[in-house]
Amino acid sequence: MEKLKVLVVDDEPGIRSGVIRILKNYSIGFPFLEEDFSFEISEAETGERALEIIQNDGADIVLLDNKLPGIQGIEVLEKISKMRIDTAVMMITSYASLDIAVKATNFGAYNFVPKPFTPDELKSSIENISKHLFLKRMTQKLKEEGKQIRFQFLSVLSHELKSPLNAIEGYLKIMEEKQVGENLNDYMSMIDRSLVRIKSMRNLIIDMLDLTRLESGKKARKLKMINLKELAQMALDTIKPMSIQHSINVISEIDDDVLFEADQDEIEIIFNNLLSNAVKYNRDGGEIRFHVKRSEKEIKIMVSDTGIGISDEDLPKLFEEFSRIKNNDTRNISGTGLGLSITKKMIELYKGTIDIDSKLHFGTTFTIKLPIQNKQND
Amino acid sequence: MLKEKKLVLIVDDDPDYLFQLKHHVESFGFDTITAESVADAEKALAQKPDLAILDLMMETQDAGFVLAYKIKKEFPDVPIIIATAVTSETGMNFHLDTEQDRKWIKADLYLEKGIRSDQLHREISKLLKL
Repeated sequence: MEKLKVLVVDDEPGIRSGVIRILKNYSIGFPFLEEDFSFEISEAETGERALEIIQNDGADIVLLDNKLPGIQGIEVLEKISKMRIDTAVMMITSYASLDIAVKATNFGAYNFVPKPFTPDELKSSIENISKHLFLKRMTQKLKEEGKQIRFQFLSVLSHELKSPLNAIEGYLKIMEEKQVGENLNDYMSMIDRSLVRIKSMRNLIIDMLDLTRLESGKKARKLKMINLKELAQMALDTIKPMSIQHSINVISEIDDDVLFEADQDEIEIIFNNLLSNAVKYNRDGGEIRFHVKRSEKEIKIMVSDTGIGISDEDLPKLFEEFSRIKNNDTRNISGTGLGLSITKKMIELYKGTIDIDSKLHFGTTFTIKLPIQNKQND
Repeated sequence: MLKEKKLVLIVDDDPDYLFQLKHHVESFGFDTITAESVADAEKALAQKPDLAILDLMMETQDAGFVLAYKIKKEFPDVPIIIATAVTSETGMNFHLDTEQDRKWIKADLYLEKGIRSDQLHREISKLLKL
């Protein structure tokens, strides 16, 4: 069991003994960790004493009251932040004092716990802060080991993965407590919504796998001569049910025997992403044109729809990871925000280009050009 | 005497989370207005809510902060809760990166999504001083 050192700084003996009582036998475990955390608690009545203890023994977590007899909590916090040590500070204060909250946040306070607090509130704050501390140290370690982590990407990813989980969990809790009565039919829309969220999460996972495979470059690409006509036909078959549902007319012109040296999975992803977008962002009764043509120098793929279109200001965001254009036209369309970013990366693997021509409310045309590599000249 | 029901504004771009929050908050005995975007939320302010619960990441990653700032400017006394699914677990304090971000923190309370409904009820009552 790993022990975290907690230092309670408060001039009220009652608070100090309360914290000790609550945390003495408390331990927390995380599903991703083998070891549990427990807590070793020390106490200080003043800020001066607290700084002494931190300097001599160190501390992982400091619970810091702002109102102290000598120097104030906020000054203690400032000094701790200047020490540049790996200590997480939690201010014991009231939410109402925004002034202190802002100052404290500037000095790197992790969070706030209101006074008076219940044992559960303290425990949940301690749980969060421990998790934070652990992950901070872990990412630090990874960094030192030279493993590059894309923090921004991870944060957004965690948001994207957790939102559906939160939604599903929320519905399950409502059902568990039978909050809208005994009749199962009254819960149908919640069940349906949960299934929708699960499905979109599954899509996200598939997209994520495509993306990591691309980025890690670990999986060997299998390049061979493939017939694009076959793959194009497969992609058309995949979107058929969806296009029939929305009465979308699909017009395809595909050259016979378009042979191209490529990885079959990659081309499938490109076709599928473009065609499924053309359905998703189309209007009911609309049209899709899908061309695959071969010239001497290049393969030209064109997918055009008669859908909602993209505004000029949104165009630059289109290929960013997790970016989804949010407006009234798109709010009921589910998507992961990864499809086009993946598609673009795939196209770049073939030294190809992707161009967009779009008119808001009228439709969008994607044109992809993949140069044909002349093997004999290599 | 009939006491007037308090009005809670709930803003979240996740329709499911919005539905659930509305369900819970109404079961606590409050009236609600909901908005799925910052623009809709700004329109809803005309109804003068007594409290606002805002999602953090909506159109932009800090939409909740910006909205909180705007609400406080117009109604300094309306308590604001920011509920977020972005947590420090990723080892990064996403929303406190820059000086400018910190100035936006005009909320009275941060909550991580997934909070139990009874806890939420307690926090709302505390903020409304009920």
